[in-house]
Amino acid sequence: MKRRVAASRRTFLKRALAACAVLVPLPAIAQAAPRVVVVGGGFAGATCAGTLRRLDPKLNVVLVETNPTFTACPFSNGVIAGMRALRAQQFNYEALAGLGITLAFTPATRVDPQARTVTLGADTVLPFDRLVLAPGVDFRWGAPAGYDEAAAGRMPHAWKAGEQTLLLRRQLEAMEDGGLVAISVPPNPMRCPTGAYERASLIAHYLKSKKPRSKILILDSKDTFPLQRSFQAAWQELYAGLLEWVPLSNDGKVVRVNPATNTLVTDFTEHKAAVANVVPPQKAARIAEIAGVADRTGWCPIDPATFESSLQRNVHVIGDAAISGAMAKSAFAANAQAKACAVAVKQLLDGATPAAGKIINTCYSLVAPDYGISIVGVYQAVNGQFVDVEGAGGASPADAPRENRALEATYADAWFRTITAEVFG
Amino acid sequence: MRAAGTAVAGACLFALAQAAGAAAPAPPSGATSCTGCHPASAKVETKVPRLAGRNAAEIVAAMQAFRSGQKPSTVMDRIAKGFSDEETRAVADWLGAQQ
Repeated sequence: MKRRVAASRRTFLKRALAACAVLVPLPAIAQAAPRVVVVGGGFAGATCAGTLRRLDPKLNVVLVETNPTFTACPFSNGVIAGMRALRAQQFNYEALAGLGITLAFTPATRVDPQARTVTLGADTVLPFDRLVLAPGVDFRWGAPAGYDEAAAGRMPHAWKAGEQTLLLRRQLEAMEDGGLVAISVPPNPMRCPTGAYERASLIAHYLKSKKPRSKILILDSKDTFPLQRSFQAAWQELYAGLLEWVPLSNDGKVVRVNPATNTLVTDFTEHKAAVANVVPPQKAARIAEIAGVADRTGWCPIDPATFESSLQRNVHVIGDAAISGAMAKSAFAANAQAKACAVAVKQLLDGATPAAGKIINTCYSLVAPDYGISIVGVYQAVNGQFVDVEGAGGASPADAPRENRALEATYADAWFRTITAEVFG
Repeated sequence: MRAAGTAVAGACLFALAQAAGAAAPAPPSGATSCTGCHPASAKVETKVPRLAGRNAAEIVAAMQAFRSGQKPSTVMDRIAKGFSDEETRAVADWLGAQQ
């Protein structure tokens, strides 16, 4: 169905180009309806596609995404903790289609940066003037040892929202009071670096009221994490004795799991959990590697002025897959990068030279439904990489009054509604 | 077919216009980040004010007050400190000009 739409568009374009060829010289034709293909319909890709069409309604924009329903990760910890329905996380692409974006619900399988084509499925070849890759992350299955896709059916990662989110919620609901919940946190870089601590907090909130004899353990591959002082102050205040954080230096790193027994193994300890949530280490999703835009780290180096890949011309990378320096891999960052990228792509198509601008990131975390904290950054490009603007940004003060926590929880909710409205209409 | 023909002619005219015209100016540094929290659409109701079409001088004054701490805030003090007076003015002018 979608393939036919795309094909008829191409036929139309071919006819349009053929007709123009008689009238105007070739360079002008190339500008007649530049083709931008965006791969990935998350916060980054969907924002970029929409922004491009708003900047120039004549652009030919194709959004490639495998799933017609988008399930947002931010706030999905609230679903796990029984505070909200998964439905509240779900969005579709109808508003983007209404902007005149061509939707292709077929996986991108190949990218040829030289020929400027992207292949969908087995044989649908889309030409592009500019390609924007916003594919998100893939897991490095096999880390910790024993953690593969089958294991995720027993020990959910819930790090891509959807069925996994519900599985973790069901396991918590089914757990008897007094059980041990364990969360394994991978090393950086990872999607949503505050997410595991928010998750632990909201699970603790659930346990405190529903199963107060239980315990939640964060087994961490790191010794520090963002918003650490604010989180720890809140844990002391709200969840003392219920929630424990075990850093890397205190034998926190999970090196092996046994799904059959729900056991997480560190260097010196075996933790047998009632509910085990394993967040695996990550890398840019596979299509980035196929396109040749991922480097040896597994992530994608970019030019901060344009988000164009440092490895392939005419291919841009935004969102979690990109190496964006000091910027966290968050939905806010993905949305902000996508808008900056769309502006740059439009300028490049117009023959202008984009300048690197400042960019903002704001990440909210809920420690309880009415207790929000945030980490903020303002970034600028220095020597080809985004760095913090000195004197700006930072975490909510660890000693802020409780009314500020309530306000930040309200603003967190407002942020989710605002950003999803901007991206999905 | 007729509609397609008209569209083709339109595309050609647009091509000529594009070839002759200059590129539209890009938004000022940092400006497009704001709508992550401050709704672009008037349809979204939140406690976070919409900035599109607002008086630019008011935005500048608010940013200065956030930066100095004169106006209490949760995140805006941390964001306002990331922009110079000149940058703040440019962002405010751009936001003020949005619909």
